[in-house]
Amino acid sequence: MNNCTERLYNGLIKENPTFVMMLGMCPTLAVTTSAINGIGMGLSTTVVLVLSNMLISMLRKIIPDSVRMPAFIVVVASFVTMVQFLLEGFIPSLYSALGLYIPLIVVNCIILGRAESYASKNPVLPSIFDGLGMGLGFTFGLTCIGIVRELIGSGKVFGFQIMPSIYEPITIFILAPGAFLVLAFLVAGRNKIMKKLEAKGKEVPKTQGCAEGGCASCSGCDGKVFPTGQDKE
Amino acid sequence: MKELLIIAVGSALVNNVVLSQFLGICPFLGVSKKIDTAAGMGGAVIFVITIASFFTSLIYQFILVPTGFEYLQTIVFILVIAALVQFVEMFLKKAMPPLYNALGVYLPLITTNCAVLGVALTNVQKEYNLIQGVVNGFATAVGFTIAIVIMAGVREKTEHNDITESFQGTPIVLLTAALMSIAFFGFSGII
Repeated sequence: MNNCTERLYNGLIKENPTFVMMLGMCPTLAVTTSAINGIGMGLSTTVVLVLSNMLISMLRKIIPDSVRMPAFIVVVASFVTMVQFLLEGFIPSLYSALGLYIPLIVVNCIILGRAESYASKNPVLPSIFDGLGMGLGFTFGLTCIGIVRELIGSGKVFGFQIMPSIYEPITIFILAPGAFLVLAFLVAGRNKIMKKLEAKGKEVPKTQGCAEGGCASCSGCDGKVFPTGQDKE
Repeated sequence: MKELLIIAVGSALVNNVVLSQFLGICPFLGVSKKIDTAAGMGGAVIFVITIASFFTSLIYQFILVPTGFEYLQTIVFILVIAALVQFVEMFLKKAMPPLYNALGVYLPLITTNCAVLGVALTNVQKEYNLIQGVVNGFATAVGFTIAIVIMAGVREKTEHNDITESFQGTPIVLLTAALMSIAFFGFSGII
Protein backbone atom coordinates (compact mmCIF):
# COMPACT_ATOMS: atom_id res chain seq x y z
CA MET A 1 0.00 0.00 0.00
CA ASN A 2 2.99 2.27 0.65
CA ASN A 3 3.74 2.18 -3.02
CA CYS A 4 0.26 3.52 -3.79
CA THR A 5 0.46 6.54 -1.47
CA GLU A 6 3.91 7.23 -2.87
CA ARG A 7 2.36 7.30 -6.37
CA LEU A 8 -0.33 9.75 -5.22
CA TYR A 9 2.29 12.04 -3.67
CA ASN A 10 4.41 11.76 -6.79
CA GLY A 11 1.54 12.83 -9.06
CA LEU A 12 0.15 15.57 -6.83
CA ILE A 13 3.37 17.27 -5.73
CA LYS A 14 6.72 15.85 -6.77
CA GLU A 15 5.98 15.46 -10.48
CA ASN A 16 2.89 17.67 -10.69
CA PRO A 17 2.04 17.67 -14.41
CA THR A 18 1.10 21.36 -14.56
CA PHE A 19 3.53 23.12 -12.26
CA VAL A 20 6.58 20.85 -12.35
CA MET A 21 6.53 18.87 -15.58
CA MET A 22 4.66 21.42 -17.75
CA LEU A 23 2.72 18.74 -19.59
CA GLY A 24 -0.62 19.12 -21.36
CA MET A 25 -0.34 22.82 -22.09
CA CYS A 26 -3.12 22.95 -24.71
CA PRO A 27 -6.00 22.26 -22.29
CA THR A 28 -4.22 24.21 -19.55
CA LEU A 29 -4.39 27.35 -21.67
CA ALA A 30 -7.72 26.72 -23.30
CA VAL A 31 -10.20 25.70 -20.63
CA THR A 32 -9.04 27.63 -17.56
CA THR A 33 -11.34 30.60 -18.19
CA SER A 34 -13.13 29.72 -14.95
CA ALA A 35 -12.40 27.53 -11.94
CA ILE A 36 -15.33 25.22 -12.63
CA ASN A 37 -14.16 24.54 -16.21
CA GLY A 38 -10.69 23.79 -14.85
CA ILE A 39 -12.09 21.23 -12.39
CA GLY A 40 -14.32 19.69 -15.07
CA MET A 41 -11.46 19.27 -17.53
CA GLY A 42 -9.13 18.01 -14.79
CA LEU A 43 -11.59 15.40 -13.55
CA SER A 44 -12.46 14.21 -17.08
CA THR A 45 -8.75 13.76 -17.75
CA THR A 46 -8.35 11.96 -14.40
CA VAL A 47 -11.09 9.46 -15.26
CA VAL A 48 -9.52 8.72 -18.64
CA LEU A 49 -6.06 8.50 -17.08
CA VAL A 50 -7.09 6.06 -14.33
CA LEU A 51 -9.08 3.81 -16.67
CA SER A 52 -6.48 3.77 -19.44
CA ASN A 53 -3.65 3.16 -16.97
CA MET A 54 -5.65 0.28 -15.49
CA LEU A 55 -6.43 -1.36 -18.82
CA ILE A 56 -2.96 -0.85 -20.27
CA SER A 57 -1.39 -2.27 -17.14
CA MET A 58 -3.68 -5.33 -17.37
CA LEU A 59 -2.82 -5.81 -21.02
CA ARG A 60 0.88 -5.05 -20.68
CA LYS A 61 1.93 -8.68 -21.20
CA ILE A 62 -0.47 -9.25 -24.08
CA ILE A 63 0.27 -6.21 -26.26
CA PRO A 64 3.31 -6.87 -28.47
CA ASP A 65 5.98 -4.23 -28.07
CA SER A 66 6.01 -3.26 -31.74
CA VAL A 67 2.34 -2.24 -31.88
CA ARG A 68 2.07 -0.77 -28.40
CA MET A 69 1.61 2.85 -29.52
CA PRO A 70 -1.45 2.24 -31.74
CA ALA A 71 -2.85 -0.06 -29.06
CA PHE A 72 -2.43 2.61 -26.35
CA ILE A 73 -4.04 5.20 -28.61
CA VAL A 74 -7.07 3.00 -29.27
CA VAL A 75 -7.49 2.31 -25.53
CA VAL A 76 -7.21 6.00 -24.64
CA ALA A 77 -9.49 7.11 -27.49
CA SER A 78 -12.17 4.59 -26.44
CA PHE A 79 -12.24 5.89 -22.88
CA VAL A 80 -12.26 9.49 -24.10
CA THR A 81 -15.28 8.72 -26.29
CA MET A 82 -17.06 7.17 -23.29
CA VAL A 83 -16.31 10.17 -21.09
CA GLN A 84 -17.49 12.47 -23.86
CA PHE A 85 -20.88 10.74 -24.09
CA LEU A 86 -21.27 10.61 -20.30
CA LEU A 87 -20.60 14.36 -20.05
CA GLU A 88 -22.97 15.07 -22.94
CA GLY A 89 -25.69 13.03 -21.25
CA PHE A 90 -25.33 14.05 -17.63
CA ILE A 91 -23.51 17.43 -17.46
CA PRO A 92 -24.48 19.17 -20.73
CA SER A 93 -23.44 22.61 -19.45
CA LEU A 94 -19.86 21.44 -18.89
CA TYR A 95 -19.93 19.55 -22.19
CA SER A 96 -20.75 22.70 -24.12
CA ALA A 97 -18.22 24.79 -22.15
CA LEU A 98 -15.35 22.38 -22.85
CA GLY A 99 -16.50 21.57 -26.39
CA LEU A 100 -13.71 20.50 -28.71
CA TYR A 101 -11.23 20.00 -25.89
CA ILE A 102 -12.92 16.84 -24.60
CA PRO A 103 -12.09 14.67 -27.63
CA LEU A 104 -8.67 16.33 -27.67
CA ILE A 105 -7.90 14.64 -24.32
CA VAL A 106 -6.68 11.82 -26.61
CA VAL A 107 -3.62 13.81 -27.66
CA ASN A 108 -2.87 15.06 -24.14
CA CYS A 109 0.80 14.26 -23.51
CA ILE A 110 0.13 13.26 -19.90
CA ILE A 111 -2.00 10.24 -20.77
CA LEU A 112 0.19 8.62 -23.42
CA GLY A 113 3.24 9.62 -21.39
CA ARG A 114 2.03 7.77 -18.27
CA ALA A 115 0.91 4.78 -20.33
CA GLU A 116 4.32 4.53 -21.94
CA SER A 117 6.51 5.30 -18.95
CA TYR A 118 4.56 3.73 -16.06
CA ALA A 119 1.48 1.65 -16.80
CA SER A 120 3.12 -0.51 -19.45
CA LYS A 121 5.81 -1.60 -17.00
CA ASN A 122 4.04 -1.88 -13.62
CA PRO A 123 1.28 -3.95 -11.94
CA VAL A 124 -2.35 -2.87 -12.00
CA LEU A 125 -2.83 -1.35 -8.55
CA PRO A 126 0.15 1.04 -8.56
CA SER A 127 -0.77 2.03 -12.13
CA ILE A 128 -4.29 2.98 -11.04
CA PHE A 129 -2.89 5.11 -8.23
CA ASP A 130 -0.30 6.60 -10.57
CA GLY A 131 -3.12 7.66 -12.89
CA LEU A 132 -5.15 8.98 -9.95
CA GLY A 133 -2.21 10.98 -8.57
CA MET A 134 -1.27 12.46 -11.94
CA GLY A 135 -4.91 13.23 -12.74
CA LEU A 136 -5.55 14.93 -9.40
CA GLY A 137 -2.30 16.86 -9.78
CA PHE A 138 -3.49 18.04 -13.20
CA THR A 139 -6.93 18.93 -11.76
CA PHE A 140 -5.22 20.87 -8.95
CA GLY A 141 -3.09 22.80 -11.45
CA LEU A 142 -6.00 23.65 -13.75
CA THR A 143 -8.21 24.70 -10.83
CA CYS A 144 -5.53 27.02 -9.43
CA ILE A 145 -5.01 28.70 -12.80
CA GLY A 146 -8.79 28.84 -13.31
CA ILE A 147 -9.30 30.54 -9.92
CA VAL A 148 -6.64 33.17 -10.68
CA ARG A 149 -8.03 33.94 -14.14
CA GLU A 150 -11.66 34.01 -13.01
CA LEU A 151 -10.84 36.21 -10.00
CA ILE A 152 -8.92 38.80 -12.02
CA GLY A 153 -11.02 38.54 -15.17
CA SER A 154 -14.52 38.61 -13.70
CA GLY A 155 -14.11 39.20 -9.95
CA LYS A 156 -15.68 35.83 -9.13
CA VAL A 157 -14.54 32.41 -7.97
CA PHE A 158 -16.73 29.39 -8.84
CA GLY A 159 -19.35 31.91 -9.92
CA PHE A 160 -19.52 33.64 -6.50
CA GLN A 161 -18.73 37.34 -6.35
CA ILE A 162 -15.50 37.76 -4.37
CA MET A 163 -14.13 41.14 -5.34
CA PRO A 164 -15.95 44.26 -4.01
CA SER A 165 -18.26 45.87 -6.53
CA ILE A 166 -15.84 48.80 -6.90
CA TYR A 167 -13.40 46.41 -8.63
CA GLU A 168 -13.49 46.72 -12.41
CA PRO A 169 -12.85 43.21 -13.86
CA ILE A 170 -9.92 43.01 -16.28
CA THR A 171 -11.81 41.04 -18.91
CA ILE A 172 -8.72 40.22 -20.96
CA PHE A 173 -7.72 37.63 -18.36
CA ILE A 174 -10.62 35.37 -19.31
CA LEU A 175 -9.94 35.91 -23.03
CA ALA A 176 -7.21 34.23 -25.06
CA PRO A 177 -4.32 36.65 -24.32
CA GLY A 178 -4.89 36.27 -20.58
CA ALA A 179 -4.12 32.57 -20.82
CA PHE A 180 -0.67 33.22 -22.30
CA LEU A 181 -0.05 36.02 -19.80
CA VAL A 182 -0.91 33.91 -16.73
CA LEU A 183 1.12 30.96 -18.00
CA ALA A 184 4.12 33.22 -18.68
CA PHE A 185 4.14 34.40 -15.07
CA LEU A 186 3.59 30.85 -13.86
CA VAL A 187 6.60 29.50 -15.76
CA ALA A 188 8.71 32.48 -14.66
CA GLY A 189 7.77 31.83 -11.03
CA ARG A 190 8.59 28.16 -11.43
CA ASN A 191 11.99 29.04 -12.93
CA LYS A 192 12.74 31.28 -9.96
CA ILE A 193 11.81 28.64 -7.37
CA MET A 194 13.76 25.93 -9.20
CA LYS A 195 16.85 28.17 -9.37
CA LYS A 196 16.64 28.69 -5.60
CA LEU A 197 16.26 24.97 -4.96
CA GLU A 198 19.18 24.25 -7.27
CA ALA A 199 21.33 26.77 -5.41
CA LYS A 200 20.55 24.91 -2.19
CA GLY A 201 21.83 21.75 -3.82
CA LYS A 202 18.49 19.99 -4.04
CA GLU A 203 17.60 17.68 -6.88
CA VAL A 204 15.47 19.57 -9.40
CA PRO A 205 12.96 17.75 -11.62
CA LYS A 206 13.21 18.82 -15.24
CA THR A 207 10.35 19.97 -17.39
CA GLN A 208 9.42 17.46 -20.03
CA GLY A 209 6.62 18.85 -22.04
CA CYS A 210 5.96 21.54 -24.54
CA ALA A 211 7.70 24.25 -22.55
CA GLU A 212 11.05 22.84 -23.57
CA GLY A 213 10.01 22.17 -27.13
CA GLY A 214 10.21 18.44 -26.73
CA CYS A 215 6.97 17.61 -28.49
CA ALA A 216 8.20 14.27 -29.64
CA SER A 217 9.09 13.34 -26.08
CA CYS A 218 5.41 13.52 -25.16
CA SER A 219 4.47 10.38 -26.96
CA GLY A 220 7.77 8.70 -26.24
CA CYS A 221 7.93 7.35 -29.75
CA ASP A 222 9.39 10.20 -31.81
CA GLY A 223 6.06 10.49 -33.53
CA LYS A 224 6.38 7.04 -35.05
CA VAL A 225 3.09 5.52 -33.99
CA PHE A 226 3.12 2.56 -36.29
CA PRO A 227 6.21 0.37 -36.32
CA THR A 228 8.41 0.65 -39.37
CA GLY A 229 11.56 -1.15 -40.34
CA GLN A 230 13.63 1.91 -39.49
CA ASP A 231 12.83 1.65 -35.78
CA LYS A 232 14.86 -1.49 -35.41
CA GLU A 233 18.08 0.05 -36.61
CA MET B 1 -17.37 30.81 -53.23
CA LYS B 2 -18.13 33.67 -50.87
CA GLU B 3 -18.92 31.15 -48.16
CA LEU B 4 -15.57 29.40 -48.66
CA LEU B 5 -13.76 32.72 -48.42
CA ILE B 6 -15.50 33.48 -45.13
CA ILE B 7 -14.50 30.07 -43.77
CA ALA B 8 -10.90 30.63 -44.90
CA VAL B 9 -10.52 34.11 -43.40
CA GLY B 10 -12.34 33.00 -40.27
CA SER B 11 -10.05 30.10 -39.51
CA ALA B 12 -6.80 31.69 -40.69
CA LEU B 13 -7.06 35.05 -38.94
CA VAL B 14 -10.12 35.53 -36.74
CA ASN B 15 -10.06 32.20 -34.91
CA ASN B 16 -6.34 31.67 -35.28
CA VAL B 17 -5.57 28.09 -34.35
CA VAL B 18 -2.67 28.94 -32.02
CA LEU B 19 -3.51 32.36 -30.68
CA SER B 20 -7.17 31.94 -29.96
CA GLN B 21 -7.82 28.18 -29.93
CA PHE B 22 -4.56 27.07 -28.24
CA LEU B 23 -4.03 24.10 -30.53
CA GLY B 24 -0.51 23.24 -31.62
CA ILE B 25 1.14 25.11 -28.77
CA CYS B 26 3.99 22.56 -28.64
CA PRO B 27 5.57 23.28 -32.03
CA PHE B 28 4.64 26.95 -31.67
CA LEU B 29 6.88 27.23 -28.59
CA GLY B 30 9.44 24.63 -29.61
CA VAL B 31 10.20 25.22 -33.30
CA SER B 32 9.97 29.02 -33.40
CA LYS B 33 13.60 29.95 -32.73
CA LYS B 34 14.50 30.70 -36.36
CA ILE B 35 12.41 31.94 -39.29
CA ASP B 36 13.69 29.18 -41.65
CA THR B 37 12.75 26.30 -39.38
CA ALA B 38 9.47 27.98 -38.47
CA ALA B 39 8.59 28.32 -42.15
CA GLY B 40 9.59 24.67 -42.73
CA MET B 41 7.35 23.56 -39.88
CA GLY B 42 4.56 25.74 -41.25
CA GLY B 43 4.94 24.14 -44.68
CA ALA B 44 4.80 20.66 -43.22
CA VAL B 45 1.72 21.54 -41.17
CA ILE B 46 -0.09 23.01 -44.19
CA PHE B 47 0.71 19.86 -46.15
CA VAL B 48 -0.39 17.39 -43.47
CA ILE B 49 -3.49 19.23 -42.24
CA THR B 50 -4.83 19.74 -45.78
CA ILE B 51 -4.37 16.05 -46.63
CA ALA B 52 -5.64 14.92 -43.22
CA SER B 53 -8.77 17.07 -43.39
CA PHE B 54 -9.48 15.68 -46.86
CA PHE B 55 -9.17 12.07 -45.74
CA THR B 56 -10.99 12.48 -42.43
CA SER B 57 -13.91 14.29 -44.13
CA LEU B 58 -14.00 11.58 -46.77
CA ILE B 59 -14.01 8.78 -44.19
CA TYR B 60 -16.55 10.52 -41.99
CA GLN B 61 -19.03 11.29 -44.76
CA PHE B 62 -18.75 8.17 -46.86
CA ILE B 63 -17.96 5.47 -44.30
CA LEU B 64 -18.90 6.51 -40.77
CA VAL B 65 -22.20 8.30 -41.50
CA PRO B 66 -23.71 5.67 -43.85
CA THR B 67 -22.81 2.85 -41.45
CA GLY B 68 -23.97 4.77 -38.37
CA PHE B 69 -20.58 4.65 -36.65
CA GLU B 70 -20.26 8.42 -36.08
CA TYR B 71 -19.44 7.87 -32.42
CA LEU B 72 -16.15 6.21 -33.40
CA GLN B 73 -14.91 9.47 -34.93
CA THR B 74 -12.23 10.23 -32.33
CA ILE B 75 -10.68 6.76 -32.50
CA VAL B 76 -10.82 6.56 -36.30
CA PHE B 77 -9.48 10.09 -36.83
CA ILE B 78 -6.46 9.72 -34.55
CA LEU B 79 -5.45 6.42 -36.15
CA VAL B 80 -5.99 7.76 -39.67
CA ILE B 81 -3.90 10.84 -38.89
CA ALA B 82 -1.08 8.83 -37.31
CA ALA B 83 -0.98 6.40 -40.22
CA LEU B 84 -1.26 9.21 -42.75
CA VAL B 85 1.66 11.17 -41.34
CA GLN B 86 3.90 8.13 -41.49
CA PHE B 87 2.68 7.23 -44.96
CA VAL B 88 3.29 10.78 -46.20
CA GLU B 89 6.78 10.66 -44.73
CA MET B 90 7.63 7.38 -46.48
CA PHE B 91 6.06 8.55 -49.74
CA LEU B 92 7.98 11.83 -49.74
CA LYS B 93 11.22 10.04 -48.94
CA LYS B 94 10.84 7.77 -51.98
CA ALA B 95 9.10 10.04 -54.47
CA MET B 96 10.15 13.61 -53.72
CA PRO B 97 13.51 13.71 -51.95
CA PRO B 98 13.92 17.52 -52.19
CA LEU B 99 10.57 18.14 -50.50
CA TYR B 100 11.40 15.43 -47.95
CA ASN B 101 14.69 17.13 -47.13
CA ALA B 102 12.86 20.40 -46.57
CA LEU B 103 9.95 19.08 -44.50
CA GLY B 104 11.03 15.61 -43.40
CA VAL B 105 12.38 16.41 -39.94
CA TYR B 106 9.16 18.17 -38.98
CA LEU B 107 6.77 15.46 -40.12
CA PRO B 108 7.11 13.07 -37.15
CA LEU B 109 6.53 16.00 -34.79
CA ILE B 110 3.12 16.57 -36.32
CA THR B 111 1.46 13.34 -35.21
CA THR B 112 1.27 14.66 -31.69
CA ASN B 113 0.15 18.08 -32.90
CA CYS B 114 -3.36 18.50 -31.55
CA ALA B 115 -4.17 20.97 -34.33
CA VAL B 116 -4.51 18.14 -36.86
CA LEU B 117 -7.07 16.24 -34.81
CA GLY B 118 -8.65 19.56 -33.81
CA VAL B 119 -9.31 20.51 -37.44
CA ALA B 120 -10.76 17.08 -38.26
CA LEU B 121 -13.15 17.33 -35.31
CA THR B 122 -14.08 20.96 -36.07
CA ASN B 123 -15.02 19.92 -39.61
CA VAL B 124 -17.44 17.39 -38.18
CA GLN B 125 -18.75 19.72 -35.48
CA LYS B 126 -19.50 22.53 -37.92
CA GLU B 127 -20.96 20.07 -40.45
CA TYR B 128 -18.65 21.15 -43.27
CA ASN B 129 -18.85 19.20 -46.53
CA LEU B 130 -15.74 17.82 -48.20
CA ILE B 131 -14.69 21.04 -49.98
CA GLN B 132 -15.46 23.27 -47.00
CA GLY B 133 -13.52 20.85 -44.78
CA VAL B 134 -10.43 20.96 -46.97
CA VAL B 135 -10.61 24.77 -47.22
CA ASN B 136 -11.00 25.01 -43.45
CA GLY B 137 -8.02 22.69 -42.92
CA PHE B 138 -5.82 24.58 -45.35
CA ALA B 139 -6.76 27.98 -43.89
CA THR B 140 -6.23 26.80 -40.32
CA ALA B 141 -2.76 25.59 -41.26
CA VAL B 142 -2.00 28.88 -43.01
CA GLY B 143 -3.05 30.64 -39.80
CA PHE B 144 -0.64 28.43 -37.87
CA THR B 145 2.16 29.27 -40.31
CA ILE B 146 1.47 33.02 -40.05
CA ALA B 147 1.58 32.84 -36.26
CA ILE B 148 4.74 30.71 -36.01
CA VAL B 149 6.67 32.76 -38.61
CA ILE B 150 5.79 36.06 -36.91
CA MET B 151 6.78 34.55 -33.57
CA ALA B 152 10.12 33.37 -35.01
CA GLY B 153 10.76 36.86 -36.37
CA VAL B 154 10.10 38.41 -32.97
CA ARG B 155 12.27 35.82 -31.24
CA GLU B 156 15.19 36.47 -33.58
CA LYS B 157 14.99 40.14 -32.63
CA THR B 158 14.66 39.60 -28.88
CA GLU B 159 17.32 36.90 -28.69
CA HIS B 160 20.06 39.23 -27.47
CA ASN B 161 17.86 41.45 -25.33
CA ASP B 162 18.56 41.82 -21.66
CA ILE B 163 15.70 39.84 -20.15
CA THR B 164 15.23 39.22 -16.43
CA GLU B 165 16.69 35.87 -15.52
CA SER B 166 13.48 34.10 -14.57
CA PHE B 167 11.73 35.30 -17.74
CA GLN B 168 14.37 33.94 -20.10
CA GLY B 169 13.28 31.15 -22.43
CA THR B 170 9.66 30.05 -22.39
CA PRO B 171 8.11 32.85 -20.26
CA ILE B 172 9.18 35.64 -22.61
CA VAL B 173 7.88 33.62 -25.58
CA LEU B 174 4.54 33.27 -23.82
CA LEU B 175 4.45 37.01 -23.12
CA THR B 176 5.12 37.64 -26.82
CA ALA B 177 2.31 35.22 -27.66
CA ALA B 178 -0.01 37.15 -25.33
CA LEU B 179 0.75 40.41 -27.16
CA MET B 180 0.32 38.73 -30.56
CA SER B 181 -2.96 37.29 -29.38
CA ILE B 182 -4.17 40.78 -28.45
CA ALA B 183 -3.14 41.98 -31.91
CA PHE B 184 -5.08 39.15 -33.58
CA PHE B 185 -8.17 40.23 -31.65
CA GLY B 186 -8.23 43.13 -34.08
CA PHE B 187 -9.28 40.73 -36.85
CA SER B 188 -12.50 39.81 -35.07
CA GLY B 189 -14.31 42.72 -36.73
CA ILE B 190 -13.64 41.42 -40.26
CA ILE B 191 -16.47 38.93 -40.45
